[in-house]
Amino acid sequence: MYTETQVIRNNTKVTVDGALDGTGEMVINVGPQHPATHGVLHLVITLNGETIQKIEPHLGYIHRSIEKMSESLSYRQFIYVTSRMDYLSSHINNHACAMTVEKGLQLEVPPRAQVIRVLMDELTRVASHELWWGAMAMDLGAFTPFFYAFREREAISDIMEETCGARLTMNYMVPGGVMADLHPNFQRRVKDFIKLFKAKIHEYDELVTGNIIFQNRMKGVGVLSAEDAVSFGCTGPVARASGVKSDIRKLYPYEIYDKLEFDEVTETAGDSFARYMVRMGEMHQSIRIIEQLIDNIPEGDFQAKTKAVLKLPKGEFYTRVETARGELGVYIVSEGGTTPYRIKYRSPGFSNLSALDHMARGSKLGDLMATMGTLDLVIPDIDR
Amino acid sequence: MFIKEYISDVYKAVKSLLTGMKTTGGYFIRPGEIITQQYPENRDQLNLPERFRGEVVMLHDENNEHACTGCTACELACPNATIKIITKFDVSPEGKKKKALDTFVYHLELCTMCNLCVEACPTGAITMAQNFEHSVFDRSKLTKKLNQPGSKIREGVE
Amino acid sequence: MFSLEGLTNSLQQWLNAHLNPTWVLVVESLIVILLAIALFAVLGLVLVLMERKVAAHMQIRLGPNRVGPQGIFQTSADTLKLIMKEGLTPDGSDKFLFNLAPFIVMIVAMLLLAPIPFARNFQIWDINIGVLFVSAVSSISVIGVLMAGWSSNNKYSLLGAMRSGAQIVSYELSAGLSIISIVVLTGSLRLSEIVASQQDGWWLFKGHIPAIIAFVIFIIAVTAETNRAPFDMAEAESELTAGFHTEYSGMKFALFFLAEYINIFIVCSVGATLFLGGWMPLHIGNWEGFNHIMDYIPSSIWFFGKVFFLIFLIMWFRWTFPRLRIDQLLNLEWKYLLPISMLNLLLITLMAIMGWHF
Repeated sequence: MYTETQVIRNNTKVTVDGALDGTGEMVINVGPQHPATHGVLHLVITLNGETIQKIEPHLGYIHRSIEKMSESLSYRQFIYVTSRMDYLSSHINNHACAMTVEKGLQLEVPPRAQVIRVLMDELTRVASHELWWGAMAMDLGAFTPFFYAFREREAISDIMEETCGARLTMNYMVPGGVMADLHPNFQRRVKDFIKLFKAKIHEYDELVTGNIIFQNRMKGVGVLSAEDAVSFGCTGPVARASGVKSDIRKLYPYEIYDKLEFDEVTETAGDSFARYMVRMGEMHQSIRIIEQLIDNIPEGDFQAKTKAVLKLPKGEFYTRVETARGELGVYIVSEGGTTPYRIKYRSPGFSNLSALDHMARGSKLGDLMATMGTLDLVIPDIDR
Repeated sequence: MFIKEYISDVYKAVKSLLTGMKTTGGYFIRPGEIITQQYPENRDQLNLPERFRGEVVMLHDENNEHACTGCTACELACPNATIKIITKFDVSPEGKKKKALDTFVYHLELCTMCNLCVEACPTGAITMAQNFEHSVFDRSKLTKKLNQPGSKIREGVE
Repeated sequence: MFSLEGLTNSLQQWLNAHLNPTWVLVVESLIVILLAIALFAVLGLVLVLMERKVAAHMQIRLGPNRVGPQGIFQTSADTLKLIMKEGLTPDGSDKFLFNLAPFIVMIVAMLLLAPIPFARNFQIWDINIGVLFVSAVSSISVIGVLMAGWSSNNKYSLLGAMRSGAQIVSYELSAGLSIISIVVLTGSLRLSEIVASQQDGWWLFKGHIPAIIAFVIFIIAVTAETNRAPFDMAEAESELTAGFHTEYSGMKFALFFLAEYINIFIVCSVGATLFLGGWMPLHIGNWEGFNHIMDYIPSSIWFFGKVFFLIFLIMWFRWTFPRLRIDQLLNLEWKYLLPISMLNLLLITLMAIMGWHF
């Protein structure tokens, strides 16, 4: 409907291009380069004054055909690429892939490796939510929280660097366990981090959660009802903020999650503030899980014995995990060879983004940033 | 009633704003908590963990000997064709031909530091170095030859 | 003791002794123009650096620290960079308005400098309606912003400019009402007389709670009027990329940037003059010794100290709060600030009539 390509340039008369004749509406392009889209998301927004009439997300700016690429990589190799999908929860992506391969190989993962994996997953989740918190505050115009969030995230990055060898794209999970054993400093460093987190988390509430401007910006904005959340396929904090119980860790427990004590954080309002509160609660729950595990890491192997060349039996394998953004599904079709016949990722960001148009219609342009901020979009995750 | 609510609204709003200002103001007057690292100056104090994956290097001992047999396990394990191994045939004094490493070509510009080659190596010939300053002005400098000139395989490594 | 008053007087005498009255006026005007431009340049450099340093320290960073000791030449280097950049005029823009807009904003900021008393008897133009002049002229800058937004032929700019228009028009009211409350207490529109009336104490202290309320409302309103965060709707980086100056580059952008900081300086000096006694030193009751020591500090230092304190306050706001939404911004003005300041004005009028202030 938009007339983006039908603009007639007129040098003698100033025309606001993209204005739709007679309706008082105009079309603006938010992105692919825009401070609030956190990457190369392109939204074509039809505005009436400041009110949003329609949003059309355009994807594909960061499509690297990871799924196609994986078809020519072996079962050990394709895992590293998934770190580049949702780079903020790269551990959990790797975990999902490793689990799928293990499912195909019918491999038992040693208990120590399972605990290490869960610890790393939860640390990643905290790190991801920290970054989301800072970036979301920045979307709303407050710049300072970003730096406070990064201070805590830096501590996690250092822990990751020490044990996994990288800060962002770890590639630490391998089929059968983890690549290397925990670093001797790991437990001490994690305990230090928990101390730091608990000492600083009150600042988050003082600076952002309790702030009256922030609450007014968030409450009642971008409301998503439980029915809509289900029908759009939303998962993760977005669905839980609408009251949909969708935590894969609770519904389909993997590794040792069924033995752990933690709550599934849910809200009922479904607005941006509810999504905010869910993520803040999840950070506390993740810390709770880490506290339960950090002193109880069982001794043993960190990796199961595997063959040098992995071959999955003919068949289809699907696993799902809970990333920081929602449900990540990995679907592998194997023809019995050393490389997958087909790989499909069910990424949480894509489904969550599809609800954006529904959530933002009729709200102001400023509300769009609040809504998008709390959807916690990672664009490479959407495009892959 | 309306007036009372109005006043309490204003009071709560002002209070929440002042709490936020207390936090930022607190940091302003406590410069000791600044977390900035002054990077090029603190190069000497930088302590990178020993597992940090900077680039692939080949280990050489003091006799300029390495442990690479030229088995190409790393080349096969690499997902991006970062490693190219060129082999040659050594002729031993007894006149026996033996496959050996000629050149270990490493394309740093293609490497994603995934550590799969190091994992695959059966003899522990390669490892990850902690160097992270890879910028060069000429792209061709990123294609490296990892085995040092004149180096040969250590005795006893099969 | 150093004082700016002494300098101007000796200069006046020297000029009068050597030139005829017409030339004295011309030379003095030239000196004033040069001084004003120099002040602008220095203020721009200092305030931008100050903002970056304040922001950095609140964000547990160091801020610029590479160019010169502690990074003090960073802003000079930035200015040099901006001068050398190409001033792009986008295709399809209204070229005349596009190039005119930054100068309008800048000239408005320059005009506002005239009635400000910088030190004891050191003022460019002691106009008898100084307060009115300031509030009237400061509203003109919105025209420059609207011009920039409209002529850029960019939808982000247009939205930013329209927001800015709505915002400045409404916040002008409560800023005006707070200014009037001091005018009521003083009984004069002349800025020098307002300062003189605070000889025995600043209005912030003399006027009890109503003056404090007026002061708070004034600070909020001028923050909004200068388009500063949390009221930076016209720029709104995460929504409109850069708002009304999205399309500007090079020196034209620098003029907008500079004007923002000059405007902050102006409104803060008006605030300091009205509520904090301008260049008047701090006197506490009958503490003769203390008051005497305070008198030794030159009046210009008092003035700039107060102004920079207020500027710091406004920077503190910016680096703490999230941005308001446009409708909330107008709600705040029309539902909260305006009724409160009207009531407050009534109270202050009552106080002035009954003589309840000190």
